[in-house]
Amino acid sequence: MSTETVAPAASVGAGSTPPTPILQAQAVSKQFPGVLALDAVDFELRAGEVHVLFGENGAGKSTLIQILAGVHAPTEGGVRFRGEPIELQGVHHARTLGISAVFQEFSLVQTLTIEENLFLGAELTNRGFLDKVAQHRRADDILKQLGFPLRPRQRIQDLTRAEQQMVEIAKAFRTDLSVLILDEPTASLTDREAERLFAMIEQAKTRGVGIVYVTHRMSEIYRLGDRVTVLRDGKRVATLDVAEADDERLLQLMTGRVISQVFPKIAYQPGTPLLEISHLTTEDGAARGVSLLVRSGEVVGLAGLVGSGKSVIGRACFGLERIASGRITFDGEDVTARSARAMLDRGAFYLPPDRREEGLVMMRSVRENVSLPWLAARPFTRFGFLDRSSERTKVRDVADRLNLQPRNIEHDLERLSGGNQQKVLLAKGLVSAVKLFILDEPTVGVDVGTRVAIYGFIRDLCESGAGILLISSDLPEILHLTNRTYVMYRGDMRAELQGAEITQDRVLANFFERARA
Amino acid sequence: MDRKEAQHRFDYSGALPRLFVRIGVLPFLLLIALIVFTALSDRFLTAENLITVARQATYLAIVAMGQMLALLTGGFDLSVGKIVAITSVITALTMAPLAAAHPDATAATLTLGILAGIGAGTLVGVVNGVGVALFNVSPFMMTLGTAAISFGIALTLTSGVPVYGIPDAFGTIFSFARIFDIPSPVYVTAGLFVAMYVLLNWTRMGRYFYAVGGNLKASRLSGINTRFYLFMAYVLCGALAAVAGALLTARLETGEANIGASMPLDSIAACVIGGVSLRGGIGNVGNVVLGAVFIGLIQNGMDLAQIQSYLQEVVIGVLLILAVIADQLRQFVMLRLKD
Repeated sequence: MSTETVAPAASVGAGSTPPTPILQAQAVSKQFPGVLALDAVDFELRAGEVHVLFGENGAGKSTLIQILAGVHAPTEGGVRFRGEPIELQGVHHARTLGISAVFQEFSLVQTLTIEENLFLGAELTNRGFLDKVAQHRRADDILKQLGFPLRPRQRIQDLTRAEQQMVEIAKAFRTDLSVLILDEPTASLTDREAERLFAMIEQAKTRGVGIVYVTHRMSEIYRLGDRVTVLRDGKRVATLDVAEADDERLLQLMTGRVISQVFPKIAYQPGTPLLEISHLTTEDGAARGVSLLVRSGEVVGLAGLVGSGKSVIGRACFGLERIASGRITFDGEDVTARSARAMLDRGAFYLPPDRREEGLVMMRSVRENVSLPWLAARPFTRFGFLDRSSERTKVRDVADRLNLQPRNIEHDLERLSGGNQQKVLLAKGLVSAVKLFILDEPTVGVDVGTRVAIYGFIRDLCESGAGILLISSDLPEILHLTNRTYVMYRGDMRAELQGAEITQDRVLANFFERARA
Repeated sequence: MDRKEAQHRFDYSGALPRLFVRIGVLPFLLLIALIVFTALSDRFLTAENLITVARQATYLAIVAMGQMLALLTGGFDLSVGKIVAITSVITALTMAPLAAAHPDATAATLTLGILAGIGAGTLVGVVNGVGVALFNVSPFMMTLGTAAISFGIALTLTSGVPVYGIPDAFGTIFSFARIFDIPSPVYVTAGLFVAMYVLLNWTRMGRYFYAVGGNLKASRLSGINTRFYLFMAYVLCGALAAVAGALLTARLETGEANIGASMPLDSIAACVIGGVSLRGGIGNVGNVVLGAVFIGLIQNGMDLAQIQSYLQEVVIGVLLILAVIADQLRQFVMLRLKD
């Protein structure tokens, strides 16, 4: 069965298909203060399938899985488990039914061991005392069964993020599992770890476990999914078989626009070399012998999965990574291991992938954030004091150009939407003469409107002669915006593709160990 | 997550919540305090009493302005009380022998004494800054440690007894003199307030204090030398506490190792009541001074209402906790106050 309706769907017949779904959401709505996060969404999960939930940030994916996992109760509509209506009383209740979720925010106690975490809240006891021996044995069994290279007595704080995720997953397998919900599970994994996770998912499938898999990466849909449900603005837009899905269709469903409306045509005029990286190896080995070139007037892509080392390149250019060997040249000058200040002063701008973490001072105003990198120079400083009126003028100009909403530049960033926060982050690079933009995931977590605006800006910047290095795990972005693209795989530069060579197949072929079947 | 994306109006956009987010809890508290104490004592709302409050509040106001810098950068300074103490001791120990040896050279004695005292206090700030900014010691441990060190040194130098022999002129000029009926320390405080206002609002350093406290990583990526500004926050905090220490010495006319014990609590209270965020990045120097005045007002009002000083401690503690709860509430309302 594959229903596809581009209008808000109401027609997924629950009883019309032979296999009874193990988990079903029927017209669930969730009202948060001021926001309708989910609007009458239908969703069903069959035993032994991977059902991908796909959509932009804010589309309602998180809310839906939180309802399925018992974190939130729906405001309207209901959930059925094996055909029976149920009312989940919380995560713990859901887990006893065999519905387990692994969220991005882990629920592990850092100072406790793996086995203590596995049984947290459901400790095995013997006459009121902890039965540590039984717990240890059970924990060991679970880990072995899943093939995780972990020992039950390791402390969580000593584990890598990926290993912690394994513990989260093991926690899900503690009880008899029938539904596994995974929220962007590869976000923090290296490729090898992701491969192991994928193998584990395959294995769980064969045991009849139904898997809800949340992602915004298209490559994972093809790799793992049986069916995909696309959400947009809290509504279900479509549910289709993965076999019928392709990038264009998914993107259109996700954004509600056709590709030509989303991506602008860019007139590339590659000029002088701006950024040259030769044989760069970082101390931690996250990038090994990487070389690349960005010229003025072009958009160069740097693609790869999370953990492929592509982010490391941008960070290394701004003195944020320790460099073991290799050279970075900017505008003909050796800038290897120079600081962020030195790079900014030379006209390079780096946009970090996580705006809250590294990009913005959330409790300060738009004005202060935008001018922050450039305060030392005119027009922001005059005779040693800040010139706040020219600061205001300058920032207001940029806010106008970016169509920032609300336009008031004295608002602090907490009060802006994610899309507008991202615009502010970009604005930091627009108040001064910048020749090179290194943009790491510039459209992460923004709505379509902002996405289009940001792409428009990339075009304008490129056409006015700036060089742009676009680091992205968003494949369509790479395919439609760049004139040259590098693909990284596990710290190595795998390929350099030019113009018409930049196709989905050729990029993807270099994403993974082998080309995708 | 989903909520952040939406641009809907919330129910928190009424006039009172907005005002609360904008100005914080302090004006409400001041208003309540004024009403209560005016009702309790008819001597409270008189010009003479208010001048007394102003003079009593100056020392705390100066320390609180320094404390604010540490708080802005996301830390705090628990050593301010002992900086006051060591400044007092060093000032007195420098002045006393000089005054005895050269009774006529009062100006030089005062200058040297003040410089030595403030220098010693500032040095503690430098040590704090080095520890926090360079060695990444948590501000809690660092300033707790230097507080113990300073106190130990002050006690060792004085054997725990007050240091006498400060020239009378010191107290006369820096504590008891009045210009237009206003005591001299109030002028010093006003001058420091103006300097701090300019620093925080019209210089890069001030802006960077807010940015570094608001998001250290983002500040570093914006090319700010975050270590230097963290360092400077503690140095300036130490210097301001030292100035307060010198002024307090002028008022007491002796060097004392035991003064300033309540300064860490009171100065943090003044800042938090004045709306400085404990998470860093938010704060307004005018409100901090008002916060100090408020605490002075409470103490004065309770004195007039004949509430004993032990109970006053309880009240300050309660107010501090209430202010922190109000700060949490403010964050909560602020996050929902989108437009």
